[in-house]
Amino acid sequence: MNAILEMRGISKSFTGVKALADVSFTVERGEIHALVGENGAGKSTLMKVLSGVYPHGSYEGAIVFDGQERRFRDIVDSEALGIVIIHQELALIPLLSIAENIFIANPPARRGVIDRGEVHRRTKSLLAKVGLDEAPDTLVTDLGVGKQQLVEIAKALAKDVRLLILDEPTASLNEKDSAALLDLLAEFRAQGIASILITHKLNEVSRIADRITVLRDGRTVDRLDCRAGPVEEDRIITSMVNRDMEHRYPKRNPTAGATMGDTILEVSGWSVHHPEHADRPVIRNVDFRVRRGEIVGIAGLMGAGRTEFAMSLFGRSWGRRISGEVRLEGRPADLSTVRRAIDAGLAYVTEDRKQLGLLLEEDVRANVTLANLRGVSSNSVIDDMKELKVASGYRGRMRIRCASVYQPVGLLSGGNQQKVVLSKWLFTDPKVLILDEPTRGIDVGAKYEIYCIIQELADAGKGVIVISSEMPELLGICDRICVMHDGVFVADFPAAEATQERIMRAIMRKEERRP
Amino acid sequence: MSDKTLPLPETRQHAGLLKSSLREYGMLLSLFAIMIFFQVATDGTLLRPLNLTNLVLQNSYIVIMALGMLLVIVTGHIDLSVGSVAGFIGAVAAVLMVRMGLHFVPAALICLAVGGLIGAAQGYWVAYFRIPSFIVTLAGMLVFKGLALALLQGQSVGPFPPTFQKLSSGFIPELLPGFEGLYPTSLAIGALLALALVYLNHRARALRESHGVETEPYGFFLGKNLLVFAVVVYFAYLIASHRGLPNVLVIMTALIALYAFVTARTVVGRQIYAVGGNAKAARLSGIKAERLTFLTFVNMGVLAALAGLVFAARLNTATPKAGLGFELDVIAACFIGGASAYGGVGKVGGAVIGALIMGVMNNGMSILGIGIDYQQVIKGLVLLGAVCLDVYNQRRT
Repeated sequence: MNAILEMRGISKSFTGVKALADVSFTVERGEIHALVGENGAGKSTLMKVLSGVYPHGSYEGAIVFDGQERRFRDIVDSEALGIVIIHQELALIPLLSIAENIFIANPPARRGVIDRGEVHRRTKSLLAKVGLDEAPDTLVTDLGVGKQQLVEIAKALAKDVRLLILDEPTASLNEKDSAALLDLLAEFRAQGIASILITHKLNEVSRIADRITVLRDGRTVDRLDCRAGPVEEDRIITSMVNRDMEHRYPKRNPTAGATMGDTILEVSGWSVHHPEHADRPVIRNVDFRVRRGEIVGIAGLMGAGRTEFAMSLFGRSWGRRISGEVRLEGRPADLSTVRRAIDAGLAYVTEDRKQLGLLLEEDVRANVTLANLRGVSSNSVIDDMKELKVASGYRGRMRIRCASVYQPVGLLSGGNQQKVVLSKWLFTDPKVLILDEPTRGIDVGAKYEIYCIIQELADAGKGVIVISSEMPELLGICDRICVMHDGVFVADFPAAEATQERIMRAIMRKEERRP
Repeated sequence: MSDKTLPLPETRQHAGLLKSSLREYGMLLSLFAIMIFFQVATDGTLLRPLNLTNLVLQNSYIVIMALGMLLVIVTGHIDLSVGSVAGFIGAVAAVLMVRMGLHFVPAALICLAVGGLIGAAQGYWVAYFRIPSFIVTLAGMLVFKGLALALLQGQSVGPFPPTFQKLSSGFIPELLPGFEGLYPTSLAIGALLALALVYLNHRARALRESHGVETEPYGFFLGKNLLVFAVVVYFAYLIASHRGLPNVLVIMTALIALYAFVTARTVVGRQIYAVGGNAKAARLSGIKAERLTFLTFVNMGVLAALAGLVFAARLNTATPKAGLGFELDVIAACFIGGASAYGGVGKVGGAVIGALIMGVMNNGMSILGIGIDYQQVIKGLVLLGAVCLDVYNQRRT
């Protein structure tokens, strides 16, 4: 018996809706097992059953861990056996230090008094294991997301982890940090620690996973073994969506665009400084332009300044001491406040839907009209019926799946939430849209729909800027790709000439030259 | 892929609607239940015309301030200074009218303006300097309590000119010949109000139906409207059989209607809820969050001043102790009425009902002879219970 974990015939329902139906799932000792599937396929539910969030008795089937049947009452039970789950939203406390976070639940202590020296020593050795070169006293809030992820893993190691579950660990990491994280998993594999990797990024799966289990609609639909030979990404996608996706990206036909030609947005000499450190430049004297009907991608590592560039353009929502000139359709544009930027014809779809994009408790209708309430009101009084018509219109056009436009957006899936945000900005009738990570945390099917919408916008003559950390996505949908690094553009390719290698090389060349 | 959602089976649709209306009318039902309880427990004293009129007069200033407080709470803030501000404005009014002999109209206008300035002063720190409202208004509470004391030199100042007293103790003039102790003008106004409510409900329903929006079953709708009509007319009858409509009830009703409209139907109202729900998202949607927060505090200041005037007129003197603890009743009213302490959620109707629940309980318990000590205990428990129920309900959905 070489399996460390065996989940047999797991079924789980929520008030009549079957979330898992007879799922079997086996993880062998010291393997990296990828669990993939569209959003809502049942991955998280399965992991919550495994970790005891849904206690024994609330599901059917059996969990066998380390040769024995287990009945977890809560997450403490599963952690005691070394099953540790790291969620997508990190559970670290920002204003405590790394060491305090790692030993938050069980600090080494003598008669209730924490042994600080021991904490420090053990933290140091754990940080060395995960390859994080930071002092144990550093506050978590001062670390980037990539490093925070490593702290989470160190925290798991402190609990003598035997089965590590990572839910979308690289969703908010750049390519470099993602690669480092995957290497770390490989190292754990060598030490005999098994990992379950839940991810939407199939290139990672094919790179590192030993075996793959594909879930769809709460059932196991496919098991693939990668050790015999590499598994094609398209093969996985076919299982996930059960439709042959010949193209993951809609075919781009730029000539179909209305009048790709004249410049619609022109930014020149744009400089931005950090909001807290006013003498630290973040964007340095940048020139940038977008033509009507063009989709321009901005590639770059995390922290390259892409979001900062976009938000500083959009009503100076980020940064201080901003200088430079912006012309929209050839005329100088006043973008000094968000309202003016919107009125001038600029829209910014944020990378952080939940924190910055949506009113989660409000319904679809109120979210769609939020940025253009003037469009549904006369004399400052909202016309309910007009508003309803607008919202219903976008619901149909964008294929927002919701019970009604009166449904709170907090209850929608990520893809549908993103469509609500897009609807909001389309209703302001922008000339130029900036989409920041438009498909983050969205399943494959919904991604395709978002890509189609992006193309339609370009075809309708709008200028579209897409910021994305997923290079294949940029290569798949853009007409032109600009590469940003350290606050300046370091390369500008037509999409036909761009490749992942060329983009990375542009970044790395710059990196080497840095002092 | 289909854009249409399948219509739900008829019965489920109605069950869902009933459930959501239950939640919407839950507060109202609690108010009725509490009223019936005290009506029975006090052998019918609660709804005697005299007592009902008193109930309105006693709670008017709480309701007026609850309207402003609701907006402050919806933006995610709190105002602890309203009681002190109301007391301070009462003192200002006394100085202007009693000591300086100013006519009550300019004096009242000055008082409202001072209230607005106080709100602006506090809102400025909250909105533009991001100082927690709890701290700013706690400071305000101390400052204005002290200033009221200083202004009155520790003494009660009164009486006010009779015309000013009419603000709280006056009733609308009777235009029609009365009969059997009934004030027909007040009854007529009540009936007209009831008709207007029913008419507005019908128009809204017709509009929804003409646009194909889901509506509640007609029987339910009809029953609801009949009930609204009956209740409003009954209360108008009770009020009309004492001395007619108190002036302050007219002011209060007009303000409730105004604020209900502003919060539900106007752009500013929608934006206030957006700021409270997610200030960052609101800001990135072009909403001037700081300015709206500032304005809700200005508005609160003006309403606190109005409440201060009403209270001073009712007591007919300004005392240094006026307004003591009002803020607690006002804030409790908003939370009992379903406002969320995290901002973004809360309705004008809820806050008014919350204020009435507090008011009926105060009044009913006093009639029953329950001491002020246990009255507070019971009120505290009701506040906690109401909010717990609300949280529980939300978690279930």
